[in-house]
Amino acid sequence: MRKVMTGHKAVAEAMRQIEPDVVAVYPITPQSEIAEYYAQYVHDGIVHSELVPVESEHSAMSACVGAAAAGARVMTATSSQGLALMVEVLYIAAGMRLPIVMALANRSLSAPINIHCDHADAYLARDAGAFQIFCESAQEAYDYTLIAQRIAEHEKVRIPGIVNLDGFTLTHTSQVVEPLEDERAKKFVGPFKALFPLLDVDHPVSWGTFAMPDYYFELKRAQAAAIEEVAGVFLEVQRAYASLTGRRYAGFIEPYRLDDAERAVVVLGSTAGTAKVAVDQLREKGEKVGVLKVWLYRPFPYAEVARALGHVKQVAVLDRAFSFGAMGALYNDVAAALVPSERRPVLSNYIYGLGGRDVTVEQILQAFAEVKTARPTTGLRYLGLRE
Amino acid sequence: MPSIKTLAQREEAGVRFTSGHTLCAGCAEPLVVRAVLNAIEGPVVAASPTGCLEVATSRFPGTAWNVPWVHVAFENAAAVISGVEAAYKALTKTGAVKRRIRFVVFGGDGGTYDIGLQALSGALERGHDFLYVCLNNEAYMNTGVQRSSATPRCASATTSPVGEEIPGKPQDRKDLTEIVVAHHVPYAGQAAVSNLVDLANKVERAMKYEGPKFLNVLTTCPLGWRTPRDSAITQAKLAVETRYWPLYEVIEGVYKINYKPKENVPVEEWLKTQGRFRHLFRNPNGKELIAEFQASVDQHWNELLRKEKCLSGAESQG
Repeated sequence: MRKVMTGHKAVAEAMRQIEPDVVAVYPITPQSEIAEYYAQYVHDGIVHSELVPVESEHSAMSACVGAAAAGARVMTATSSQGLALMVEVLYIAAGMRLPIVMALANRSLSAPINIHCDHADAYLARDAGAFQIFCESAQEAYDYTLIAQRIAEHEKVRIPGIVNLDGFTLTHTSQVVEPLEDERAKKFVGPFKALFPLLDVDHPVSWGTFAMPDYYFELKRAQAAAIEEVAGVFLEVQRAYASLTGRRYAGFIEPYRLDDAERAVVVLGSTAGTAKVAVDQLREKGEKVGVLKVWLYRPFPYAEVARALGHVKQVAVLDRAFSFGAMGALYNDVAAALVPSERRPVLSNYIYGLGGRDVTVEQILQAFAEVKTARPTTGLRYLGLRE
Repeated sequence: MPSIKTLAQREEAGVRFTSGHTLCAGCAEPLVVRAVLNAIEGPVVAASPTGCLEVATSRFPGTAWNVPWVHVAFENAAAVISGVEAAYKALTKTGAVKRRIRFVVFGGDGGTYDIGLQALSGALERGHDFLYVCLNNEAYMNTGVQRSSATPRCASATTSPVGEEIPGKPQDRKDLTEIVVAHHVPYAGQAAVSNLVDLANKVERAMKYEGPKFLNVLTTCPLGWRTPRDSAITQAKLAVETRYWPLYEVIEGVYKINYKPKENVPVEEWLKTQGRFRHLFRNPNGKELIAEFQASVDQHWNELLRKEKCLSGAESQG
């Protein structure tokens, strides 16, 4: 049944249906409402989950790690500085191979302090070892929360997963969302099978042991293999979800009017919606333009991105955060994807939308206009910035 | 109350913490860990922050732990055990876990007094059912004897060295036990490695309560204190006899000093046996510094006596 709800509510609904055993969460704008909705579910007794209302995000992820190692299904959510505080333990959760799924309501990082959207937080967690999915809409935030849980808990994977939704743009706006009925959602996610749980006291295990140079490298290589497994599992779970719901999810990326495009923008998150409007406008004028939206950001789908962009002449990669002293993080990924490719478009890199700066159709049109004549360069360009 | 014999019998029945770890010769930590684990009846899950105990007991692919054990990071053991305990509650609700399981943290003073204090306070306030044991050896021994907030005044540590101007650590130690008491937990107390029966009794009394329990255990580090390797027990004993380390407990707000030394042994007797205080006996102002140290010990002890008197069980029973 279609309902009108915010991105927060959509994520909270998915969490209610997943019904983790433990939710450890700490408030931060613009994530707080997810914690609030879930606390209400717990206090109304409609879920069996234990809520751990921790005193910091560091403790949120720490409690999640403890609970997951104990054998529980575990979820959390955060934003921005909260993720920054959490990130130490996120690396550990990944190294300990714990399937903790979290919503990340994307928000800028201080200083200056700012509560609005950009992707600096997601980029901060880029190398942590969690898989990351970016959502364009509240519907996607709902869907990919269910999908992420099943990916994370897959026995080949067993790593944390982050579902990104743009702060305020998606978290606080009401949209039409069509959630699954509870039973179908629960059946899709399936039961959680703990591996080597601490609470299996008859089979004692030591979690989080320390490794010297004689083992550390091999253990990290095994962890890298786990995130590589996400790709195959993502497609399998996404396919199952698409056939269950009829939604048109197919692959790591979503190309929009890209087949015959000569120019394209590459984006993450809600900006895809804005970019699609810009593309429609230019298409009406006969311009061959398209959008490449990346759903699965980590592990990065290099081959698929290269295939999708190979025929395009000019590509603008839009990064919603700086990677200070370097080109944008998404740009670097796209460039790396295209290196082995025989056909390589000219790449431009735009930084845009920082700290909640409005992302407009005009900005996307500007990028399409500018890249017409762009030459290969390593300089950054900006959209919506007063220079 | 468990005697040494009972503890030994329990250990024979099922070893919970094995030999083969790499803690230093003369380290007091394994004595405390074994006494605590053997004093807890039934299944137990343990957690440790980063520190000597963690490093020396869990080098991959080995482990000295024969009970389920988890380490995550330095500052978060109390948050980790909160999660473990929350998982236990949830899975008990669903029927997935059917047995009564107890939870214990073994953390050093660095991971407890300093970097882990916030997580500890949060876990105490939330009321998780666990016992937190601080293996207090009064400095960051694992990283090379740096000062912590548990380090006593005047002690020489590598980040509070004896210099031309400043003779060791200028500040008094933090009174963590009283900070825990201020959380109104059902059980908080102090013990020392020199009295394992007292320690085991305290664990047993503590574990009768649901909710957070805390034990601050003076755990000698011959390496960091610069005392002979066979001195762990005598050092802790002298700390208790000089009233530097009172053995006491606070059960549901009621104070009880478990041992009151009959003789008034000056703290100087304890200080002079340790390398970390040796400089006091060469310093021209040493006498004054020792007198200040003694005054601090006296003040703390007298405070404790007053608390015991004011907040005694007799009074609460009217």
